[in-house]
Amino acid sequence: MAKVKGAIKVDVEKCKGCSLCVVVCPSKVIALAKEVNGKGYNYAYMANPEECTGCTNCAMVCPDSVIDVYRVKAQVGA
Amino acid sequence: MADINEIIKEENLVYSKSKILTDNIMSYCPGCTHGVVHKLVAEVIEEMNIQEKTIGVCPVGCSVLAYKFLNIDIQQASHGRAPAVATAVARLKPDKYVFTYQGDGDLASIGTGEIIHACNRGENIVVIFINNGIYGMTGGQMAPTSLIGMPTSTSPYGRDAKLAGNPLKITELIAQLPGTTFVTRQAAHTPAAVRKCKKAILKAFENVGNKKGTSFIEVVSTCSSGWKLSPVKSNEWMVEHMLPFYQLGDLKDE
Repeated sequence: MAKVKGAIKVDVEKCKGCSLCVVVCPSKVIALAKEVNGKGYNYAYMANPEECTGCTNCAMVCPDSVIDVYRVKAQVGA
Repeated sequence: MADINEIIKEENLVYSKSKILTDNIMSYCPGCTHGVVHKLVAEVIEEMNIQEKTIGVCPVGCSVLAYKFLNIDIQQASHGRAPAVATAVARLKPDKYVFTYQGDGDLASIGTGEIIHACNRGENIVVIFINNGIYGMTGGQMAPTSLIGMPTSTSPYGRDAKLAGNPLKITELIAQLPGTTFVTRQAAHTPAAVRKCKKAILKAFENVGNKKGTSFIEVVSTCSSGWKLSPVKSNEWMVEHMLPFYQLGDLKDE
């Protein structure tokens, strides 16, 4: 059975840690990192990458356009 | 993690930053709606392939910073006078896509005369109006669009209608004018709202191409710094307080 799998890539230095992407993610994939970037913001990262479906919700609401979304149809199971 | 690296490949990319946006780091506060609307404007310009034909007019307020982030021609205008400048640009260069990008302290206060008359004349422009009910750039003062009871730095106990008048629904005023062809109120707090807002901006730019008159898009926005809330709480506050008063939807579509 084909399952859609996704992944996001965050431009860490440009992320301001507003966490708008965290609350719109339907699969609770994104969280803010404990580490900070050069500007002192806790940036967004994939805390739960297995669940990402590449729905683009996070990138859609990101005010700083720092999220790139990738998506593949992966074969899982037999 | 090897799995993730297999997904992150050029051919699997489904969403990335618009090429019309510059690589400058957005200087807006975290969670600011300006960033979302800038992105939507950039995506619409990219999809319509009109980068060389678009001229933005940005007056005073946080909106003026747009020239740093949008890789198109932008003219700055005096406070509130963007519609007047856009009138001149649109009349002198009728084949260009001219839009103004204004905040509520600009459009609904000092620029009320300009916007009402530009819309009444039916100038062939797009007006993007960011309404967050506050003067964001200057420190969160009360704006004409601030809600009754809304605390701001100049009304710390909330706006009092007896003292400061009532909040102005300027979009409803504009919708009555015969020069306007498309008047709508949108928001950009959820993915669905962002998609709808983008459709409205696309339609407005198409209206300019079809010489249909003024298209006016209000985007009900947040100002997390001015409202003194976190970006997520600001969105919740907006849904709870702003949206019942500033109801979303198309007011006019001809």
